[in-house]
Amino acid sequence: MIFSKSSLQIKFWQLLILSSVLITWHLASRSLNVAFFIGEPLIVLSRLVDWLFINRDVYIHLGVTLLETCLAFFIGTVGGTACGLFLGLSPRTSIVLDPFIKSFNSMPRVILAPIFCVWFGLGIWSKVALAVTLVFFVVFFNVYQGVKEVSPAILSNAKMLGANRSQLLRTVYLPSATSWVFSSLHTSVGLAFVGAVVGEYLGSAMGVGYLILQAEGTFDINTVFAGIVLLTVCALSLDALVGFVEDKLMVWRPKNDDTQRI
Amino acid sequence: MAALALEIRDIACKFPSSDGSGDFYTAIEQVTLDLQADEFVAIVGPTGCGKSTILNVAAGLISPSAGSVKVFGKNLDGLNTDAGYMFQSNTLMPWRSALQNVCLGLEYQGRSKLDSLSIARDWLKRVGLGGFEDRYPHQLSGGMQKRVSLAQTLALEPKIILMDEPFSALDLQTRQLMENEVLGLCQPAKDEPGKAVLFITHDLDEAIAMSDRVIVMSAGPGSRPIGNFLIDLPKPRDVAEIKTHPKFYEIYNQIWQVLRDEVLRSYAKQKLMMDKA
Repeated sequence: MIFSKSSLQIKFWQLLILSSVLITWHLASRSLNVAFFIGEPLIVLSRLVDWLFINRDVYIHLGVTLLETCLAFFIGTVGGTACGLFLGLSPRTSIVLDPFIKSFNSMPRVILAPIFCVWFGLGIWSKVALAVTLVFFVVFFNVYQGVKEVSPAILSNAKMLGANRSQLLRTVYLPSATSWVFSSLHTSVGLAFVGAVVGEYLGSAMGVGYLILQAEGTFDINTVFAGIVLLTVCALSLDALVGFVEDKLMVWRPKNDDTQRI
Repeated sequence: MAALALEIRDIACKFPSSDGSGDFYTAIEQVTLDLQADEFVAIVGPTGCGKSTILNVAAGLISPSAGSVKVFGKNLDGLNTDAGYMFQSNTLMPWRSALQNVCLGLEYQGRSKLDSLSIARDWLKRVGLGGFEDRYPHQLSGGMQKRVSLAQTLALEPKIILMDEPFSALDLQTRQLMENEVLGLCQPAKDEPGKAVLFITHDLDEAIAMSDRVIVMSAGPGSRPIGNFLIDLPKPRDVAEIKTHPKFYEIYNQIWQVLRDEVLRSYAKQKLMMDKA
C-alpha cells in the first residue's frame, strides 16, 4: 500500500493519541490508590503476553468465544435472511405478525440470558442463543426492507423477460437482499460478539467473558483490562474480515472514488 | 393480410384515485388500436395522457377495466410472452455485468449457459458494446446502459417490441445514434418477418422520424386516440437526415395542429390543479 503524505500525517496523529493515552495511564497508575481502580498498563501487557505466549492458556477461552460468535452469526444471518425474505414476499403474513416482531425486537434481550441458561445449560448453546436473538433482528429487518424496496422497474423488466416465481426469487430478490445483508454484516458481527461475551459473563465455565468475570471477583483489575484489550482486538479483526469478504463479493457496487466510469 | 400483432379494442383503465376518496381516476377510455406485424407505430401525446398505461396493457402488466386485447389473434391472458418491453427507467440489475444482464431473459427461458452466453455476446456486439461484457452498469454511461437494455430485450427476439420513452434521458446526439440503431435492428432481414414496434414518446420529431404511423392521444383524464397519421417518408431512414426532407415539415405541421390543442388543454388542467393545491 502506498501512503500519501496526508495519510502518513493521519497515522502520526493516531499514534500520538494512542501513546499519550497509554503514557497518561502509566503515569497515573504510579500511585497505588489510583492503580487499584484503573490497573497498570505494563501489568496488563505482561498478562497478555502471559496468556498468549507463556502459559498459552487463553486460546481455549478465546476459541470458545469465537466459536459462539461464529455459530450465532451464521444461525442468526441465515434465519434472519430466510424470515426476511418470507415475510417480505407475503405481505399478509407480515401484517399479522408485525406486532409480535416489534415486541420481540424491542424486548431487552439480555434479560433472556438466564432463561437460555435454564433451557440450554451453561455450555456454549445458551450463549449462542442469546447472540442469535441479537443478530437475527438486525439481519431480518434489513432483508425485509431490502425485499420491499426492490426496484419495481427491475421487477417488471424481469417479469417481461419471462421470469417465473422461483427465478424472480433467485435473480431479483436474493441478490438485492444480499446487498442489504452485507450492509448489516458489520453491525451483526459486532452484536454476535457482544451476545457471546455477555452470555459468558452472566454464567459460564469457559470463554473470555468468563475470564473477565473471574478476575472481577478477585478485584484483579489488570486481568479485566487484558480481557477487554483481547476482546477489542478480536472484534476489530472480525470487522476487518467482514470488510474483506464484502469487497470480494460486492465488486458490482459503485465506490465513491470510482473513476472507471466512461 | 397477415394477422395483426396487436388488436386493442375499446379498452378503458380506471385506477383508484390517490386521495383515498374512493373515486376512480380514468386514465384511458375507448382506446382502439391496431398494430401490424411489421409496423412501427409511435404514440405521442401530452404528459399524463396514459401513454404508458396503453403500453402496460399491451404488455399484460395491467389488465384493462374494460375492453379486449388480442395478440396475434389470441386473447391476452396474463403477460404478453410475444412482447419485449423497454422501460423508461433503468432496469439493469446493478449486481450483474453487462453480459449477464443480456443473458437474463435467455436464462429464464432455460437455455444452456453456453448458448445464452454466446447469444448475449453476439447481441452486445450488435449494439456496439463488444469489449464491455464484464462492465457493471455503474461503470457504463447512460447511453451504454440503454444499449445493454436494448440488447437484453432484442436477444429474446420478441415479435412485438414495446418501448416507453426509452431514450428520453439521453442527450440529443446519443439519442439520434440510438434511434438509428433501433431502426436498423428492427429492420427485417431478407426472409425474416418484420417486427411490430409500439413506441411511446413525447417528442414529435422522434415519432415522425422513426415510425410508419403516428397516433396522437388526447389530454387526460380519459384520454383516447384522436389522430392517426401515416408517415410515408422513404425508408430506410436516418433520423437526422430525414428531418431535412421537404415532406417532414408538412407532416409535422399536420400532426402539430392536432397535438397543440391537447398540449394546451393538458397544460391548462395542470395549472388549474396547481392553483387548487
